[in-house]
Amino acid sequence: MKQSVTLNVNGQKHTITADPATPLLYILRNQLALNGPKYGCGLGQCGSCMVLVDGKATPSCLIPASSVQRNTIITLEGLVQKDGTLHPVQQAFVEEQTPQCGYCQNGMVISAVALLQENQDPEEEDIRQSLQPNLCRCGTQTRVIKAIRRAAASMNP
Amino acid sequence: MKPTSSLPVSRRNFLKTTGCLTIGFPLLSSCWSATGEVPVQEDLPGSLRAYPKINAWLEVLDDGKVRVLTGKLELGQGIRTAVAQMAAEELYMEMDQVEVVVAETGRTPNEGYTAGSASVENSAIAVRYAAAAAREKLLALAAEKLSANPAQLQLKNGVVMEGNQQLTFAEILEGRQIEDEVRMPVRLKPKKEYRWVGKAVHRPDIETMIRGEQVYVQDLRFPGMVHARVVHPPAYEATLVKFEEEAVKEAVPDVLKVVANGSFLGVIAADEYQAIRAAEALRKQAQWSTPTALPSETSLQEHLQALPVTSEQVEDKGNTAPSDKGTTVKATYFKPYIMHGAIGPSCAVALYDNGKLDIWSHSQGVYPLREAIQKMLGLAIEQIHIKGVPGSGCYGHNGADDAAAEAALLAMAYPGKHVRLQWSREDEHGWEPYGSAMQMAMEAQLDAAGKIQHWRCTLWSDSHSTRPGGDPGNLVTAHYLEKPFPRQSAGYLGGGYRNSQPYYSIPNLRIDAHFFEGPLRVSSLRSLGAYANIFAIESFMDELAEKAGKDPLTFRLDHQEDPRAIAVIRKLQEMTKDQKTADHEGMGYAFSRYKNEDSYCAVAALVAVDTQNGGVRVKNMWAAIDAGEVINLDGIKNQTEGGMIQSASWTLKEEVQFDKQHVSSLDWNSYPMLRFSEVPSVEVAVIARPEEPPVGAGEAAQGPSSAAIANAVYRACGKRVRQLPIKPEKLI
Repeated sequence: MKQSVTLNVNGQKHTITADPATPLLYILRNQLALNGPKYGCGLGQCGSCMVLVDGKATPSCLIPASSVQRNTIITLEGLVQKDGTLHPVQQAFVEEQTPQCGYCQNGMVISAVALLQENQDPEEEDIRQSLQPNLCRCGTQTRVIKAIRRAAASMNP
Repeated sequence: MKPTSSLPVSRRNFLKTTGCLTIGFPLLSSCWSATGEVPVQEDLPGSLRAYPKINAWLEVLDDGKVRVLTGKLELGQGIRTAVAQMAAEELYMEMDQVEVVVAETGRTPNEGYTAGSASVENSAIAVRYAAAAAREKLLALAAEKLSANPAQLQLKNGVVMEGNQQLTFAEILEGRQIEDEVRMPVRLKPKKEYRWVGKAVHRPDIETMIRGEQVYVQDLRFPGMVHARVVHPPAYEATLVKFEEEAVKEAVPDVLKVVANGSFLGVIAADEYQAIRAAEALRKQAQWSTPTALPSETSLQEHLQALPVTSEQVEDKGNTAPSDKGTTVKATYFKPYIMHGAIGPSCAVALYDNGKLDIWSHSQGVYPLREAIQKMLGLAIEQIHIKGVPGSGCYGHNGADDAAAEAALLAMAYPGKHVRLQWSREDEHGWEPYGSAMQMAMEAQLDAAGKIQHWRCTLWSDSHSTRPGGDPGNLVTAHYLEKPFPRQSAGYLGGGYRNSQPYYSIPNLRIDAHFFEGPLRVSSLRSLGAYANIFAIESFMDELAEKAGKDPLTFRLDHQEDPRAIAVIRKLQEMTKDQKTADHEGMGYAFSRYKNEDSYCAVAALVAVDTQNGGVRVKNMWAAIDAGEVINLDGIKNQTEGGMIQSASWTLKEEVQFDKQHVSSLDWNSYPMLRFSEVPSVEVAVIARPEEPPVGAGEAAQGPSSAAIANAVYRACGKRVRQLPIKPEKLI
């Protein structure tokens, strides 16, 4: 029942053998050893496991890996440039010292990157609406909003 | 930037003989004594009392950097950074010259639990004194080595210099560590020279999180590691009747092992998704008996009221007999069970190999967990090693210890491989120990001038700590084993009356606490009983202010004598003085001092109430906080911001539900918390008190936030909600 699954992750093609029903999250974490996407609920309710699928912020805990073989997948790690430079959204999260425990921040950054691709100068309400799928238990949301506005300003000076 | 600090050292002979660790006041150089900052305390502070040796806290590395050891775990509160700041400060180093090892048995000091906002008070303070004592010793040794006049020595970035000679800390020690005990008094760096302490120092771990580097226990990977899932019973009192191992293996051929021990059930597979499938298959066909039903038919408040109690008089001051003069006001408040709700469910990795059990866990107390697991498994203590690795924020005693115990059971049944157990969302929601439901009955008497003369509070609560504490009976899994371990005691009851005494000047005061054993599993949740008690006190203060015809903040100030309390209330007034409220909007305020001896915190909330559907939107919240000496300014702000938002979620939304079988709040739909569109914008002002001891800030805001919101709701729509959460149906 295992079969070959080819995924385009962070600009690289990976062919692995897996149960094709395996949710993308477990392939990314276990086969590709990526830490960015986190297991939070396995139900698509919290956003911790988000990745960019063709630029769209998407929970990876429910979609079968075999269903995204033709898509481009970017994880938190893939936002970092080859020379180690952080994506402006990541940089803004560091500058605002946004996280507490940090577990949800993957989804926050991924959602923010997707938002800023569509809307270069989002208002606070736009940010709140876009990040509605992302839960944070530590209560860092005010800082997340500040970080996204900071990132928007740095990307579109 | 401050210029490089040059450290004056005098009396070489003295240094030679005593290593500077026992410098008495009369021997101090004028330069040091003139600072007036030499502590007068004689007892060792914080966790140094149990671990007085310098090398218990601090090691010098070969490259001249230092490693700090703390028995506390990083939970997102920034303790790693706070202890590094302390060491870098006293050793005149850069922050990146200090690395930190967190809680690990056999490696770090045993500091019990990372809990109660006590990490700075105990661990960071121990590191401060150990680092200061280490500096003195290093300078003394360097003076000898360089045959230098100690007064000429300079210390910068971990290098001791004299003229053109210099030595790193590693060169000074030549491979040894400083095994001396810290003896008081210890010369501390003058606070006016501080570069790191009190500043908004960036947490270095934040960038690793944002890069997606390995940070959490969930991220650990070992060669050949296998994956496990557990199948928890369908009810607390359920017992396993039968299950068919072969059917599971047939459904999921990749299963490596089904582990059953009494009513404990788990599965192991090489692949994580196959472990999930196997657990589902097992859950479907396992048969259980569930004799006792939960009381889902009656209202929780009524049910709890009818339970037998043990009682304790908490306070009896002045004349508490009711007087026939004055105005008597009564009100009863209620808080339901709420959950920790970590975003990442609990996880642990365990390896049993050659009679040795290694566990990686995000437990808040690796040493007490080791003792509990040792007793549960019948191993010797030296056979077990537990390394603390950060997990998702826990906010108290959640499933971390239980997951570690279960991973240990699974690893013992499948030796030689690292077994990674990940709890599901349902496991965490359904099996974590909740924060107890509480009821607070308040009664007070106002005199003709509007001052409170009598105050009486009677509260009902379950335990607020059933942490393992070395007792396997507190590990949930141990109840279900073939040889079960029953719970030994109700745990720490004092948490129920934490902050039950109002922090106001009231001449006659009586507090009684009644403890029941409720239907749900409970333990420590951030701030313990303080959240409910402060909700009650500070809601009641507004009710009393209204009866007295006073403005709520003026009424509080009329009953306040502590200048630090007055200062945070005044600061909050200043922060919110320009706020205007529209129709159906209201501002609410509240104040408390956490544990009545730690951080002072005053909170304001601006809410809007939709009078059609009862919906409450908390638009803004403000806090003024005084946590004594500030260690990391941004850490205090972040904790306080988060405390307000988390409390707003508890206050507006959260209530653990159960049916007659078990908890029915099993995901984020059945147990909703605040989402982005509902979260208030928050702002924090910190009043720094460099002359006061530093105290934890992570639990100061939760209590006053709840009452500030309830008071604001009252102002917005005239409805006084005394039963949390403040749901829309209570406002229409």
